[in-house]
Amino acid sequence: MAVTSDTPRRSPARAVKLLRESPWSARFGMAVILVYVVAALFAPAIAPYGETEIVGAEYEVWSEQFPIGTDNLGRDMLSRVIYGARNTVGIAFLTTLLAFLIGSIAGLLAATLRGWVDQLLGRTVDVLMAIPSLIFALLILTIVGTSVINMIVVIAVLDSTRVFRLTRAVSMNVVVMDFVESARLRGEGLWWIMRQEILPNIAAPLVAEFGLRFCFVFLTISALSFLGLGIQPPTADWGSMVRDNATLISYGDITPMIPAAAIALLTVGVNFVVDWFLHKTSGLKE
Amino acid sequence: MDAVLKMVAQRLALGLLTLFVVSLIIFASVEMLPGDVAEEILGQSATPETVAALRRDLGLDRPAHIRYFEWLGDMAQGDFGRSLANKREITELLGTRLWNTLFLAGYAAVIAVPLSLALGILAALYRNSLYDRLVNSATLTSISFPEFFVAYIMIAIFAVSWRWFPAIVNVTAETPLDERLYKAFLPAIVLTMVITAHMMRMTRAAIINLMASPYIEMARLKGLTRRRIILHHALPNALAPIINVIALNLAYLVVGVVVVEVVFVYPGLGQLIIDSVTKRDIPVVQACSLIFALTYILLNLLADILSILSNPRLLHPR
Repeated sequence: MAVTSDTPRRSPARAVKLLRESPWSARFGMAVILVYVVAALFAPAIAPYGETEIVGAEYEVWSEQFPIGTDNLGRDMLSRVIYGARNTVGIAFLTTLLAFLIGSIAGLLAATLRGWVDQLLGRTVDVLMAIPSLIFALLILTIVGTSVINMIVVIAVLDSTRVFRLTRAVSMNVVVMDFVESARLRGEGLWWIMRQEILPNIAAPLVAEFGLRFCFVFLTISALSFLGLGIQPPTADWGSMVRDNATLISYGDITPMIPAAAIALLTVGVNFVVDWFLHKTSGLKE
Repeated sequence: MDAVLKMVAQRLALGLLTLFVVSLIIFASVEMLPGDVAEEILGQSATPETVAALRRDLGLDRPAHIRYFEWLGDMAQGDFGRSLANKREITELLGTRLWNTLFLAGYAAVIAVPLSLALGILAALYRNSLYDRLVNSATLTSISFPEFFVAYIMIAIFAVSWRWFPAIVNVTAETPLDERLYKAFLPAIVLTMVITAHMMRMTRAAIINLMASPYIEMARLKGLTRRRIILHHALPNALAPIINVIALNLAYLVVGVVVVEVVFVYPGLGQLIIDSVTKRDIPVVQACSLIFALTYILLNLLADILSILSNPRLLHPR
């Protein structure tokens, strides 16, 4: 039995109590996230038209038929914004997940094994972090070519450096504990020690970091797509939608701002929730 | 003083080493191309003979380590080679653009640094007041906004509706300073908004952190005013983290200009690198990345040195 597994059980009643005590900002954030998840999961059912379906003339104004007009190719903007929740958010989420997988495993390995593994991983991360990540991403994308898969891998690897640092730093404090030592003496394998002994004790900072990293990755991917180097057409994506329709802004039409606002709203929501979570977890420790 | 010099020398050596590794990465990344630059230039229809001839012309048939040191030597002398897309000297392309980018970043920094320090100190001074909470939410929101969103909001309001500032910033080397300041105002404000939030939050956090320490309590018990405690007792000790975050944000600023330059069609390095990535003009991307990386490393180095100078305890790590 791992000594660490006796973290307080989250009963439904406790969760409800926690929710009731949450500030308005966290509630707002959770509501926003919920709306985005619903939009992403049920996009085909909610959207009035198809993702890449050309349904009208170019740049049509807001009307009954097209609530927020059509885009530069005559596709329904509203439908594309809804599908964007699936594509943009989905890809950002996948990238963050991959970054965490790489970063946390490497961090745990470095903290548990120490010695040359720690040195090697640490110095590699130092070098990767010495180059601004957007510039690094641009350099690699020039060479391997711009595609969604390439972008996901490049950003995930670059972003995993921050996860690595955090994971390594917080697990260092756990590795020296007696229960880890006793697990070692019991002859538990490396994987068991990492998963069963250390991971449960560093979960809280990692969860908060996941939220922050997601925001960062989401903004980076949107920026790359906006620059025309990220998610490629005809996939509906918020960054490239802003880019494709940006000319409208100089005519006083704010339609292209809607996908940009969609990006901003989700990031604000996630930040609010993370802020509350950090406040909560750090408050409990003190 | 001796220890300080030693520390600076150490940091410089470390910075040089980093730069060396970075240049190695930038060079090696091109070597990893399936095929090479010669095939990239000639395209798929090239015959093996023409590819071999061009390879010999460009000196690509020699071993990689020799070419690396030649490339590094040329770079150090300011010779970046020629663009693949239009065969122009890259140094010529970079000249005014680098200056433009530095101008924009400097412009934003001059507004952002004093502003964020003032906002941060005020927020710490009136902690948990309405002002504090308001600024806190506002900065959290502005951190969350994509840069192009902020930029387009600015354009929609100040360039399209009110027509106060131009939406497209066309400056050349001959543009006089006052006109340049006027034209680049919107992009500078956008950049300011992006970095102020972060710097202000860090300033506030650094001061509030210190407020819990015993010597501040002592000052309070002596009956000093809140304002005097913060400005004379807390601020000098909070300088290290604040300087650090300022330098880091300036480093971010130099990179953050990329998106803003594209939105405002500002003729800087950011525009150039994006254009070149789209055209897969590898030598230009290499040169730009190296310059960006150099600025970034230098500013990080500066942050390190300044924060150690302002906090002598860091000179003697345990």
